[in-house]
Amino acid sequence: MTALLELKGVDKAFSNVRVLQKVDFVIKAGRVVALAGENGAGKSTLMKIITGIYRRDAGTMRYRGSDVQFTSARQSMDAGIAMIHQELNLLQQLTVGENIFLGREPTDRMGRIQWPVIKERSRYWLGQLKQDISPLELIANLSIAQQQMVEIARALSMNAELIIMDEPTDALTDVETKILFDVIGHLREQGKGMVFISHRLGEIFRMCDDVAILRDGAMVHQGPVSEIDEDELIRHMVGRELSQQYPYDGVKPGPVRLKVDGVSAHGVSNVSFTAHAGEVVGFAGLVGAGRTELGKAIFGANPTTAGTIEVDGAATRLRTPRDGVGAGIGYVTEDRKHEGLIQAHGLRSNMSLIGLFRFSGLLGALDKKAEKETITGYIDAFSIKTHGIDAMVSQLSGGNQQKVSIAKSLLAEPRILILDEPTRGVDVGAKREIYNLINELKSQGLCILLMSSDMPELLGISDRILVLSNGRLTGSFSRDEADQESIMRCTVAGLKEATVQ
Amino acid sequence: MKIKEFALENIPLIGLVILMILVSLASPSFLSVDNFLNILRQTSINAIIAMGMTFVILTAGIDLSVGSILAFAGAVCASMIGADTPLLVALFTTLAIGAALGAASGSIVSFFGVQPFIATLVGMTMIRGAVLVYTDGRPISTGDFEVANAFYELGGGYVAGIPIPVIIAGVVFLVCWYVLNHTRMGRHVYAIGGNEQVAKLAGVNVSAVKITVFAISGALAALAGIILTARLESAQPTAGLAYELDAIAAVVLGGTSLMGGRGRITGTLIGALIIGVLNNALNIMDVSSYFQMIAKGGVILLAVVLDRRGKTTE
Ligand SMILES: Nc1ncnc2c1ncn2[C@@H]1O[C@H](COP(=O)(O)OP(=O)(O)OP(=O)(O)O)[C@@H](O)[C@H]1O
Ligand SMILES: [Mg+2]
Repeated sequence: MTALLELKGVDKAFSNVRVLQKVDFVIKAGRVVALAGENGAGKSTLMKIITGIYRRDAGTMRYRGSDVQFTSARQSMDAGIAMIHQELNLLQQLTVGENIFLGREPTDRMGRIQWPVIKERSRYWLGQLKQDISPLELIANLSIAQQQMVEIARALSMNAELIIMDEPTDALTDVETKILFDVIGHLREQGKGMVFISHRLGEIFRMCDDVAILRDGAMVHQGPVSEIDEDELIRHMVGRELSQQYPYDGVKPGPVRLKVDGVSAHGVSNVSFTAHAGEVVGFAGLVGAGRTELGKAIFGANPTTAGTIEVDGAATRLRTPRDGVGAGIGYVTEDRKHEGLIQAHGLRSNMSLIGLFRFSGLLGALDKKAEKETITGYIDAFSIKTHGIDAMVSQLSGGNQQKVSIAKSLLAEPRILILDEPTRGVDVGAKREIYNLINELKSQGLCILLMSSDMPELLGISDRILVLSNGRLTGSFSRDEADQESIMRCTVAGLKEATVQ
Repeated sequence: MKIKEFALENIPLIGLVILMILVSLASPSFLSVDNFLNILRQTSINAIIAMGMTFVILTAGIDLSVGSILAFAGAVCASMIGADTPLLVALFTTLAIGAALGAASGSIVSFFGVQPFIATLVGMTMIRGAVLVYTDGRPISTGDFEVANAFYELGGGYVAGIPIPVIIAGVVFLVCWYVLNHTRMGRHVYAIGGNEQVAKLAGVNVSAVKITVFAISGALAALAGIILTARLESAQPTAGLAYELDAIAAVVLGGTSLMGGRGRITGTLIGALIIGVLNNALNIMDVSSYFQMIAKGGVILLAVVLDRRGKTTE
């Protein structure tokens, strides 16, 4: 089979730091190639070189039989290459339809934008993805998963020959992932070439035909998926053997740390549960089930309309995130880009923002030396790949940004930690590190609420799993009785109830 | 590599140096200690206002009311001095009034969600109106009590050969620099400008910080009003007209982003000096004041464009 696109000997450095060296990479028509590698291995960079966002320092690129050199995303788009970026790139204050056709608005002969066409085409592509989202809805009103689906619809609507998907399933639950995979299957039958990047290794084996593995900027393996197994894949990625993906640590839970009683808020209705010190409580649910809303309500970022919240036996009024931080609650958002980190600021000032009180003395004067030491310590402990303590956050790879986001919450030394999709975009090795960290925090007596769409992860490290559906609790499982199927049943339970009513 | 980095980081400073070289070539009388002290003294009022403005702009706000606050503070201060109020009482009352006026704008911004531009535009108009009502449109004399002579020193006096307004501006600079770079408050200011939502979720008291930055801006405008009144030995009802523009220009020339979250107080100081040197040079070279405005606008445009280009060619 001929290659749709072929890269040879590609090099790339950012201000003298080598990111890619002598990379060869082939994409074939009618096949899905997985691109695997640790955080910061250079996957996104390689894709941005293909689409002309970054300029390669050396190497050649052949696309549909001729040498090409794209100098802007626009050019590659016109040549039939679409890319779904890892970080969402939607304009929050525009509508779904406007975003899908941004820069490609269909016009009539007078140059007037044809809104009916935009509406109709948007609806069509969202329909292909089984999404019931109005083209007139503002992006800002959508959940992260819905925004991801809009990004996917945008890429599909370009009718591209080559579609690059940089961690598209990152923000999706099993249900949406399945829908996406069906669509990918169709595109494959139509002979399109696709690149699929994901840190969920199971997906690679489920969906992809070929796999290419980057390690520290070098291509260490490329071949059919059928000729490799998961252990070997991991070995290529991290360069060593990794034992046991979900380390579980059975700690004897301490006293009740958090008591949520009859709490209602936007997206949450009448939720009650308790969580103990030294316990990890997992929350399962579909997109829109209210997990994020519940997490925010407990933290004080989503005002409650009813119910009470007790921390360590004391009733607390949580009306702003400030109250949450004051009550010893840490919250790691699922929306890193808009809520988690200040993209244009350095790693240091981002990481210490919540925990600044630890370093401030009289009149808020900062002990910068102590700050630097603490932060360097976290950078080491989390093995965050960065070229300096003041490197701009936007220049870190996605997974490393996620680590910064978690470290930022821990710096304030919380008693309760709410983790909303904490391993989103994080590689296998680093996932392990995060799980180990969760276990360690647990043994130190932290109470951890874990919201995750990654079911194996939820089953793997939670002590207890609560299921949310449509804003209500519809199930509660101990570690031993939890299994994928019964949880799935509960996740849709509330939906049926709602349609009956 | 190192040199290029330094250059990109310090475009305002390089601009100032180039400007000074050009001016001294064009006009030899520019290069004298006396003239330099003169420039510094003339710059100090704008620099003080601009440093307060820097706080506001770093939070992605803007303060258009500084000129009016300056005039109001000057009028109040002049009448207190004219009524033989003890100097320190008069000064602190005036500063407090400036801070309170600023805090009022800040509260409107924080609690009613009004855009800083609008809130302070309203403040600018209303406070100027209050000044005209209070002074009846006439200058207010500082009287001839003993205290007035001490008061004049603030505008025209020297310590060790350095004009007192310059010393005041220097102290203000050091305090602002410390607050922005070495305190929790400073980090919060940058964080709010960088991404308000992130700051809020990090437990930052966004309203309190915003009110504080406007209060700082108001207090420093009042301080500038005190110095100007002391220098002119009376308060003018039209004092400080359009001063907000020079202050904003100094901040922007200093490389601070109007989008908030990025910038340095050192830059603002340099920005104010650029404007000061330019004014001085145009005066020495006998350029008519109408042309001065055109030239000043051109230089500001040039500087900002260069700065933009430096930042985007990364
Ligand atoms: N614009 C940039 N400026 C400087 N360094 C950069 C820039 N973009 C990426 N890098 C660096 O290049 C390396 C590779 O980053 P890249 O985003 O390609 O990783 P990745 O494989 O996509 O990782 P992840 O799985 O976390 O998304 C990282 O070390 C990153 O810090
Ligand atoms: Mg990436």
